[in-house]
Amino acid sequence: MTLYDQLPALVVVVLLFTAPITYMLRLHGFPWFSAMAAVVTSFVVACSLAATTIGGETIIYEMGGWPAPYGIVLHIDALSALMAMLITGASSAALIFGAKSLADEVGEETAPAFFAAWLLCTAGLVGMVITGDAFNIFVFMEISSLSTYVLISAGPDRRALISTYRYIVMGTVGATFYLIGVGFLYMVTGTLNTADLAERVGQVEDIRLVLVAAGFVSVGLAIKAAVFPLHSWMPNAYTFAPNAVTVFIAAASTKVSLYVLMRVDYAIFQNSIANHDIQLTFFLVPLGVLALFAGSMLAIYEKNLKRLLAYSSVAQIGYIALGISMTSVAGLTGAIVHMFNHGLIKGGMFMAVACLALRYRTVNVANLAGAGKAMPWTMAAFVVGGLGLIGVPLTPGFISKWYLVLAALDEGWLGALLVAIILISSLLAVIYVWKAIEVAYFGEPRSNAVPVTEEAPLVMLIPTWIVVLAGIWIALDTSVTVGLASIAAKTLLGVEL
Amino acid sequence: MITIVFSLFLLTMLVIVAVGILRTDNLFTAVMLSGIFSLIMAANFFILDAADVALTEAVIGAGISTVLFLGALALTAEYDRSPPVGTWVPLLTSSALGGVIIFATLQAPRLGDPNAVVHKHVAPWYLDRTPELIDVPNVVTAVLASFRGYDTLGEVFVVFIACIGVMSLLGRVRPRRDSIEEDEFDKRTDNLRHHLIPRVVGKMLVPFIVLFGLYVQFHGDFGPGGGFQAGALIAAGVILYSLLEGGPRGRELVPEWFSSLLVALGAFTYTCVGVVSMAMGGRFLDYSVLSHDPVHGQHMGILIIEAGVGMTVTGVMITIFHAFSRRGIR
Amino acid sequence: MAVLGLYNYFIFAVLLMIGLYCILARTNIIKSLIGLTIFQGAVFLLYISTDKIDGGTAPIIQEGVENQIFANPLPQVLILTAIVVGISTTALALAVTVRIKEAYGTIEEDKIQEMDREL
Repeated sequence: MTLYDQLPALVVVVLLFTAPITYMLRLHGFPWFSAMAAVVTSFVVACSLAATTIGGETIIYEMGGWPAPYGIVLHIDALSALMAMLITGASSAALIFGAKSLADEVGEETAPAFFAAWLLCTAGLVGMVITGDAFNIFVFMEISSLSTYVLISAGPDRRALISTYRYIVMGTVGATFYLIGVGFLYMVTGTLNTADLAERVGQVEDIRLVLVAAGFVSVGLAIKAAVFPLHSWMPNAYTFAPNAVTVFIAAASTKVSLYVLMRVDYAIFQNSIANHDIQLTFFLVPLGVLALFAGSMLAIYEKNLKRLLAYSSVAQIGYIALGISMTSVAGLTGAIVHMFNHGLIKGGMFMAVACLALRYRTVNVANLAGAGKAMPWTMAAFVVGGLGLIGVPLTPGFISKWYLVLAALDEGWLGALLVAIILISSLLAVIYVWKAIEVAYFGEPRSNAVPVTEEAPLVMLIPTWIVVLAGIWIALDTSVTVGLASIAAKTLLGVEL
Repeated sequence: MITIVFSLFLLTMLVIVAVGILRTDNLFTAVMLSGIFSLIMAANFFILDAADVALTEAVIGAGISTVLFLGALALTAEYDRSPPVGTWVPLLTSSALGGVIIFATLQAPRLGDPNAVVHKHVAPWYLDRTPELIDVPNVVTAVLASFRGYDTLGEVFVVFIACIGVMSLLGRVRPRRDSIEEDEFDKRTDNLRHHLIPRVVGKMLVPFIVLFGLYVQFHGDFGPGGGFQAGALIAAGVILYSLLEGGPRGRELVPEWFSSLLVALGAFTYTCVGVVSMAMGGRFLDYSVLSHDPVHGQHMGILIIEAGVGMTVTGVMITIFHAFSRRGIR
Repeated sequence: MAVLGLYNYFIFAVLLMIGLYCILARTNIIKSLIGLTIFQGAVFLLYISTDKIDGGTAPIIQEGVENQIFANPLPQVLILTAIVVGISTTALALAVTVRIKEAYGTIEEDKIQEMDREL
């Protein structure tokens, strides 16, 4: 076997291998460095996997050399490669960006534990997207969840603790729901391999258990993905986590659960349950629409900038849910592209917020008056990100919304309604983004506030702008993301490439 | 027949105990009941022919989990003071959940049905091919360590991350109340040291528990057991010693740097086996390439990874216990 | 007999209900966590119930004994994993609880919520 054949395993093994080393070697500055090296290596591997799978090829890697369905296999196609790229990319960017702020927030003593947790969080998320085994998804879901709890609880405020606790309870209930669903599926099929499941679920005579299994899996993953109204753990978790952690988990973690939801619903249930697309639409469309409105409204009335962006994520997850629910190639393409694009946009915006927090020592919108003058580059990044959230042309948000609107137009009268809803919620996004911009550029600094005159340090600004420019680039050159996404959508729907 | 009746009795007991947990507002009672819950669960697993799971549930669920809950109770509160408000929404949610499941499982295969799908597809393959491919008598060990070794690797990292998390949450000792004299310290924290009978009898048990743990570790290929059970048992021995002799002496027996090193080293060993098998031309965690004879390679691989698992679990359980017990001394 | 064969699933459902109720209805954090362990324990029961086969025995192959029927090893492996995952979650949650008690002075969620609202 050549190194090339080992790449599918390496993308996660590199991270798992480095984590204990990071924890054991307590040298000054080493934990951050080794974590960064491992994550970047993993990113490079993920990119090469994406290059291999962009032609529509699927890689199967048999762990331990045992064939499916007896052993666990990795199943990598265009979609999983794209997700792996997003996760490892977000992780690397957030680590490099957070080099300084994390050193402040975490401290020398807990750094080895913190960065080992960071590595395992990345490994868990990547493991979830590349595996082809339903139970293995659960194991890696728990790796990523437990390490996310550790990362969030490192936040400086005491409210980080109670947010972590709520997340633990919700997350565990979600994961257990998923486990129950997989258990029912195993009862009726006798297998755990996703490809084998897809085949055998169709042969099940009594559909009742399969339906309930689909329900449990979907609800469990919806909790993990913070789909409205199961999002209640998410805003505070994002708000009180250390800033660099927020950048990473906002960009990657909920998307992975949405990805698994999509995978399971399409690959396993779609072709086997009669009228599954109708049921899926029935379940996800109302939730998506509610998420759009509720998330946007909550964001409009929110005073804390981090929580404002978190509520905006609730709304944006609504778009992805809508795209998934349309069960058409265009809809799925839109959903997948939006996962990727929203990851970039939100990652960039949270980076900008972290820069603001570093100088202003607060993220209350009202206290950020004058930031437009004091920190022009940071605020410019924030504005570009905000335009992306709204979906202005030439920004990544426009591309994904374009595909969603195209897909909606195919759906008849419901589609017209959906288009209207998408437009209205974009207007709502204008309101909450403008709220922050107005204060930052036109607000008068309070007289008693310490004036901020310094721009954020370059070690933070440069990664922020790299992410923002990457967003602009994929908005201009859509061949990679839309290309991979449409191949992925076709594979999921079983349409000829 | 008698097993069915016994099983029905145990299952009903489970529900009674669970209701008891729900109703009591004394948290100490609730924790002890949850230990009993796990023990009944373990007995039930044993009746259902899952010896390995029964052993694990008994050690981890009834033993270590209870100790951790008690440790947390000592540091937090003794009574549940939840106000009895807003019970309708939870009641409706959980009834809906239960209703859906009962509705769904009415069509499920009955317990022990030999024609159930689960016994027809993947499972027979494991049972038929294990003697030839891996050649260990305990098929559970074969599946755990080799066929689904990647899952087990993930599991090791789950306990690893839990340990890291507890350490980073409770690791920093706050330098308060250091004015208390050493003796006073001991009296407050190490009550059991002054009870002669439990101390003497308990200490006599410790070596046997550890010995049994080692037996379970190395006999896991042949009988129920393996790294998880062994690690939890050995840790239980050390925890018992710490409970009897007090936290400081427990930390003298197994210093914290050692237990946390064990955690990382175990996870590292496991991953290394996978990486070595990659380097030798196999897939990740393919133990067959470790030796010229595939079956021998499997034996070697399973031995090493089980040792890694045992190390990590022992280390994690001891480290977490120490973290809680040390937090008590302020 | 048919009903008795489904008794395990029935108990699974009841335990799941009790666990979820305990999580949702109690504001005491430790109590909710005990509810969480019941909730997870119920799922262990579901999986292990699928491994039983009439006349079977634990899946440990003995030499020289022919025609043995073995229980299904796969759910057992899965639940071994799930038990360890469960204790890991519990340990982490308890550590967070201890820190919450130190930071807020209480482990009643409703009181904590009030304290945070005052800020």
